[in-house]
Amino acid sequence: MKPASLAWLHAAEDGKLVREIITPEGIPLRFTLAGAGDRAAAFALDTLLQIIVIVVVTWGLKLAVGGEGSWLTAVIVVLAFLLVNFYFAFFEVRWQGATPGKRKIGIRVIDARGGQLETSAVLARNLIRELEVWTPLRFLLASNLVWPEAPGWARLLAGGWALVFLLMPLFNKDRLRVGDLIAGTRVVMQPKVVLVPDLAQEAAAAPIFAPPGSKPAAAYAFSDAQLRIYGIYELQVLERVLRTETIDASYLEAVRTVSEKVRQKIRYDAKVVDDERFLREFYAAQRAHLEQKLLFGQRREDKFSK
Amino acid sequence: MQAANKIAAPRQMRSVEFRKEREATWQALEAMIAAADKHGLRVLSAEQLARLPHLYRATLSSLSVARSISLDRALTDYLENLVGRAYFVVYGTRQHLRRQLSEFFLWKLPSTIRAAKWHILISAVVTLAAAVAAFQLTWADMDYYYAFVGDMAQGRTPASATAELREGLYHTESGSGGLATFAASLFSHNARIGILAFATGFVAGLPTLLLLFYNGLVLGAFAALFHSRGLGVDLWAWMLPHGVTELTAVVLCGAAGFQLAHGLVFPGARTRMDSLREHGRPAAVIVLGAVCMLFLAGGIEGVFRQTVTSVAIRFTVAGATAAWWIYYFGFVGRGRDRRDAAEREAAQGRPQPRGSVRELAPQMSGQMEVAR
Repeated sequence: MKPASLAWLHAAEDGKLVREIITPEGIPLRFTLAGAGDRAAAFALDTLLQIIVIVVVTWGLKLAVGGEGSWLTAVIVVLAFLLVNFYFAFFEVRWQGATPGKRKIGIRVIDARGGQLETSAVLARNLIRELEVWTPLRFLLASNLVWPEAPGWARLLAGGWALVFLLMPLFNKDRLRVGDLIAGTRVVMQPKVVLVPDLAQEAAAAPIFAPPGSKPAAAYAFSDAQLRIYGIYELQVLERVLRTETIDASYLEAVRTVSEKVRQKIRYDAKVVDDERFLREFYAAQRAHLEQKLLFGQRREDKFSK
Repeated sequence: MQAANKIAAPRQMRSVEFRKEREATWQALEAMIAAADKHGLRVLSAEQLARLPHLYRATLSSLSVARSISLDRALTDYLENLVGRAYFVVYGTRQHLRRQLSEFFLWKLPSTIRAAKWHILISAVVTLAAAVAAFQLTWADMDYYYAFVGDMAQGRTPASATAELREGLYHTESGSGGLATFAASLFSHNARIGILAFATGFVAGLPTLLLLFYNGLVLGAFAALFHSRGLGVDLWAWMLPHGVTELTAVVLCGAAGFQLAHGLVFPGARTRMDSLREHGRPAAVIVLGAVCMLFLAGGIEGVFRQTVTSVAIRFTVAGATAAWWIYYFGFVGRGRDRRDAAEREAAQGRPQPRGSVRELAPQMSGQMEVAR
């Protein structure tokens, strides 16, 4: 996963967008609700795919039949109806809450209570699109067919109607659109997170100054007093800095600044040649210290905790 | 000061050891989930499928351990994500599509429709009342016809001659091409209106009511016009072969809309969210059924009606469809209904073994204590 989206995930967790469901084994699993942008993007992708399918099938059939067979029109009319109304439902049932667009973006539909995503729930959340999207859209774009000579206020009303439903996810704490409301579903982020190497192990395994064959030793040493200053929050902020993927000037700058701040705070007086290495060593030592405490039931949340 | 300066803690952390020990399990699960996500569970061999729940439980317990001993955020994020993805594969549905379809049509749909009988009754009464009222009004004064139907129905207005009306009922068309298109557009138009009747249930059901009422008005005015010319029998023979299925489907869609509106407006003892969820899901099942019915009706209307003109055959087909729907909605899947009811009764008193019970915990814990 890209660092940007990981950062977003963490920001979203702080912004109260996390929902817990409890597995039958009794362990709470946390899911982060998908953002409006992600959902809009997935919807756009899916709509695009529907249009492509219609166009390709129409062309293909016309080429294959070689003319204007009128059963051809019948097939296309039915196909268009099925695509508009059942495309989402079909994929969400077959792919456990994902559609091609949702999968590409990394989001999926889940049951709000964490149970199996029922077919009826998928149907309910998608059939309501007729009210949310298609009818207002048809009215706005082709009002001549629906209601010839519609007065201006009617168009305005249709626009307002569509807007209310479109923006609805932004106005409730669970980011629900009408479909989610009546089906009891949520849309959550589910990107693929890869297992990255452990920073603490990296620090121990890659000594810079140690001669070959010698036992890897820490180049920098920290006293208990120095490790007693920071808490878990600071440790994980440091982790995030060190896990930046692109090594560029701004990264080096960040590392230098953080290293300086840390040294000042913990009164580390010895000379530091390599700021990044210093921070990695410090991270490893700090984590070992905090995890040790954790084993004894002392959880130090941040530098302000007692 | 001297004591505080001693070098801290040995390097090898428990969280590092822990990760080394269990990493292989996680990666095996990850590979399996990635394959299943991409191509479905079918790509997994029987052996892999048997291993999946074990790997899932082991990783779930790893997550739980990691939360308590590890401060490596990347690790807990990874495990949380992996378990979340695996959760849906392990507890997701594994039924084959064919199996799902047969369950839907042989039990779920008729059973859901039986459970919605009161909403269906309301929906039918609204349609019928509108039809009777329109019939009476139009019978007395044919000008009402224009108010209810409009003057769009080509060649079928009070201004048309009786022979013209009669011609309309027995008009046939040869060549299958035009008929298929006609049937397809009838279906997609009707189905869209049906879905809309359900969806507008979310606006307290008022538009649903209007749609049903309007549908009834057109029917009643139409009937009055043809009856006044002595074409009553011919009209019903023309309308009922597809009308039985089509009108039932429209009534069902209306019932689905009312059910949704019921959940929204009268939540009863539940929260409005729970109430919507419990009414919205079955309503959607009914709508899917109705859409299938409209597909059949479109076929009958577009093809059968345009090719067969015998009144006797038309009434036979109408009667057969009516008998079929009565049988289907009345009796199919009753056995499973009874079994489910018996199971529910047997399960009563036992606490539910589901995680979701926790949501109710504050109110229920007292009672559960007593039950124990």
